[in-house]
This record gives sequence, structure tokens and C-alpha cells, in this order.
Amino acid sequence: MLLAELQAMFRRTRIRVLLVVLMAVPFLLSVAVRVSGGPNPGGGPTFLDRVSHNGVFAALAGLVVTVPFFLPLTVAVVAGDAIAGEASLGTLRYLLARPAGRARLLGTKSAGIVVFCVVAALAVALGGLIGGAIFFPLGRVVTLSGTTISLAAGIGRTALAALVVAGSLLGLGAIGLFISTMTDVPVGAMAGTVGVAVLSAVLESVPEVSFLHPWLFTQGWLSFTDLLRVPLQWGAIRHDLLLQLGYIAVFGSAAWARFTTKDVLA
Amino acid sequence: MSPSPPSRLRRRASAEERAVAELAIATNGLTKHFGDLAAVDGIDLAVPAASVFGFLGPNGSGKTTTIRMLLGLIAPSAGDWSLLGEEMPSPGLRTLLRVGALIEGPAFYPWMSGRENLARLDAAGPDGRRRSRASRIDAALARVGLTVAAGRKYRAYSLGMRQRLGLAAALLRPRDLLVLDEPTNGMDPQGTREIRTLVRELAADGTTVFLSSHLLSEVEQVCTHVAVMANGKLLAQGTMAEIRSVGAARLRCEVDDPARAAQVLTRLGLGDVEATGEEVSALLADAAPERCNRELVEAGIGVRSLVTERPSLEDLFVALTGEGFDVAR
Repeated sequence: MLLAELQAMFRRTRIRVLLVVLMAVPFLLSVAVRVSGGPNPGGGPTFLDRVSHNGVFAALAGLVVTVPFFLPLTVAVVAGDAIAGEASLGTLRYLLARPAGRARLLGTKSAGIVVFCVVAALAVALGGLIGGAIFFPLGRVVTLSGTTISLAAGIGRTALAALVVAGSLLGLGAIGLFISTMTDVPVGAMAGTVGVAVLSAVLESVPEVSFLHPWLFTQGWLSFTDLLRVPLQWGAIRHDLLLQLGYIAVFGSAAWARFTTKDVLA
Repeated sequence: MSPSPPSRLRRRASAEERAVAELAIATNGLTKHFGDLAAVDGIDLAVPAASVFGFLGPNGSGKTTTIRMLLGLIAPSAGDWSLLGEEMPSPGLRTLLRVGALIEGPAFYPWMSGRENLARLDAAGPDGRRRSRASRIDAALARVGLTVAAGRKYRAYSLGMRQRLGLAAALLRPRDLLVLDEPTNGMDPQGTREIRTLVRELAADGTTVFLSSHLLSEVEQVCTHVAVMANGKLLAQGTMAEIRSVGAARLRCEVDDPARAAQVLTRLGLGDVEATGEEVSALLADAAPERCNRELVEAGIGVRSLVTERPSLEDLFVALTGEGFDVAR
């Protein structure tokens, strides 16, 4: 069933366009750096000043640039559409009458969101690696700690960074899935999910609610940059992923409670 | 709570089960409230197995809500129901695997072809064997005459083709019960005929067909049983003959002396006697038409024709659901 779900998802033009755009962002970033000569060392978003020395950093800079808004947006589109999209098409009633089983369908939808998060983050990394390889030299990677690791290890860490980013987005995915069970209007669910992400980011920038900061699902979205340190510092990443698990537990249960009892009228 | 011996309880349960098993659909006080509105108000449906059951009612009468409850899409506010002899909702949804449904029109992903859509739906259930999927889909597509268009995107389908694909989905595997909501909606006359034939074939194979429709002539042609709903209540249900006998039959004769014929019929106790032109008509009630004929002839009236008119399903439908007509509920 998951395979069929993924086929239905990735056959959709909307999803393909999103993935292409996700790949294009770091690619265009490389082009921009190439054309302009790049920001001065220490300027611009993290990693961007290093791109001209080593193309691998285009992938990492791409992740840094897309994580605050563009990646969450695509996750909101997919997660918000999960149930509400089926409801608005009317396919939800046929899936349930098939019978797919409500808990099973929700589980498949969740797995689909997880796969999308991974694919989306990898798409950014891949687009960056391609752009970086075309426009800049690739070589041994100088970490944030100043030490050097081999190119293969650097690409490995980039892939790992993409996976951590995917993990960081799962909390938002769970929130989107929950909102998606509340409505038959997919655009509403998508907008609501984006709204929650924006709200979290806004709260993060308000010092008066600093007691909330460690619990905001957006707070650890850039923790993956720690992967570029030697030795690896797992503290922030671990905290972020555990926090995401918490969000998954809360909003996943809420989605389950809502979806398994809801009257399907669409 | 009276203490009953367990053996007696068991016997009763099995007897009830047997009674239920002969019914493809049985509901007991099935009710659904939306806020203050009782969309479905305590209906007791009894759909015999292997029947073609016409489910009639005006728009907003609660038909679709009933169908959604039967299929477990919405939870009843009160009452219970069973499908194919099993109390619903059945564990693991196993009963629904034997039920095919077309609910409020077809719905598929516009960006995938008809075949891909069927594959998606087939894979969504717990019983879809991947190896036999392609042959199942081919058979279903052939059955509804959609083989040629199977590779086209659903987006490009006409309304009739969409309806056919919906039927193909309902027929993806052998079913014991088919719930079809307006199956001929948007179809050309040819398609309508094909659906009628299809329903007859399915019924001949022993499949119970629960057919919700506005097309009374359609229902009249294929259904063995009928139920009529209005305002959330079940007004009538039974075999087609039973339902039609609910309506009062009318005697209509062409005679040479309508005025005298009217007197004769009135004397015989017939009600609502009307004489117009060369015709006289009256409500037959329980009088025998043969006797009326004899009395008319013996009274010296020339009878040119004499017919008993049963009301059509449409007359009955309007009589049952329309306003201002005093039909015993």
C-alpha cells in the first residue's frame, strides 16, 4: 500500500515541480556565487562563503537556505494534503470503503510524509552537489572546526546532514497531518501548517518567551551544521530529533484520534 | 436482567444469526443526527439476499447518509446494522471486502490513468494480491467497456467514462453485495442499457444489488424490491408487487352511457366515481373487476373496454414523498 501511495504522490506534477525547485535552489546559489564572486568570508548565510573554495558547501549552504522556509513549505503542502486532499477529491470515501482501514491509511500517509521529507532534503543536497561540482572545485573538506576531512567523508556528512534535516521536519509533518484530518479543504490545511511553522519561528525570535524556545519544533532546524565539526557534536542534533519525536507522538496521536472517529462526509 | 441458561441464549443467538444471514443488509433503528437535524431517523431496512433493491427518495431524504453509515464512513447516532449477516462494524473490516460500492459519484486521481487508479485502489486494501492485480483490473475494465480508454488520464474522461471506472472499481473482485448510488448518472442511453444488463447479470450470479436512484423507470425495470425514504424516514419497503399494491387500483371503462354506469358503480360501493365523456372511472378498493363488468352488462350498459390501472412507481413515489397526499405512513 505504501508503494501505491508513493506512486500516486510522486506521479503528481505538483510534487515533481516542488522537487525540481528544491534542487534548483542550491544550484542557482552556486551560479550566483560563481557570477558575483561570493560574499566575503564570514558574510552571508553559513557555508556560503566557502562555496567558491569547495563545491560540497553548495549543498550545505542550500540546506541552510531552504530549511527556514522553503523545505517546511513543501512539507506543509504534502502533509496538509495527506487526508484533506483525498477528502476533497472524494477518493477518501473509496479508500475507506475499499476497505483500507483508517489506522492503516493514516499510517501509510505518515510513512509517505516521512519519505517525502527524506527525498526533499536529499533533493536539495543533490542539487547543491551538482551545482557545486559544475562551477567549483571539489576537494577535501575543511570543517567548521578547522580540520580537514576527505571529500568522500565530506559528501557522506552532507548526506547525513540531509537526513538530519529530514528528521527535523518530521514534527511539522505530524502537525500538518493532524491539521489535514480536521478539514476537507487541502489548501486550508497547507496554509494552517505553514502558519504554525511561521508562528514557531516568530516565537523563537521573541526573547520574552525564551522559556518556550527549547520546546519549539523550529529551534533545532539548523542543528545539522554541527555535523561539520570535528569531533562530531551530537548534543543539539539529539535534542532536536528527540523533540521531533515528541511532536510526532503528540500530533500523531491527535491525528489518529481524530481520523479514526471522524465522519467522512466528503 | 433475567438469568437465562447459557444454552438457551446461544440457541437464540444462532436463530437470530440465521434470520440475519438471509438479509444482505439489515438495519435496526439506524439514526444519524447532524446537530438538530435527524438526517436519518430510526430506519429499519431489510434487504433480502440476492435481491435487486431499489432505494428511492427525493434529494436530501437521507439516502446517501444511510449508505455512508452502511459502509462505515460515518458513525450512526443510534441503532445498529449488519451486512451479509455480520454485525457491523466487523472486526478487521472483513465484511467490507465482500462489498463493492459506488458512493455519490466516482472519485479518482485526475493525474493518473484509469488503470493506475484501479491499481492504487486495489493496493490500498488488505487483500490485493499483487500477482493477480493486472488480470483483476483487466477483467473489471472489460466488464464496464473501458478497456480502450484505460491508459488515458482520468482528467480526460467524460462523465460517463468516470462512472464506468467507478463501477469497475466496485467490481474489482467478486462481491456479495454491491451498493450503487446513482450508477447511471451522466451516462448515455447506451450506457444506461449496459448498466441495466450488468445489474441483471450480477443479480443472476447471486449478488445483492442495492441501487439508489432517481430514475424510477430504471428502478421499475430492474428491481425486485423497493424502499422509499423521505425526510430521514423509511416510508415503505417491500417487493415491487407489494409496493405497487399499496397504491389504490382504479377501474376505467369506456361505456355507451357513462351516467348510468356511474350509478351502477356507486351502487357497488366503489369510491371516487367520475364520469367524463364516454368514460367512467372509480377507485376499485376490494371490489372484483369481473363483478363490476357483469353488473354493468346486466344493467344494459354497453361496455367497450374495461381496464384496471395500477399506479406506476412514479405515481406511488410522488404519492409517498410528495406533500399534501394523505398516504398512511
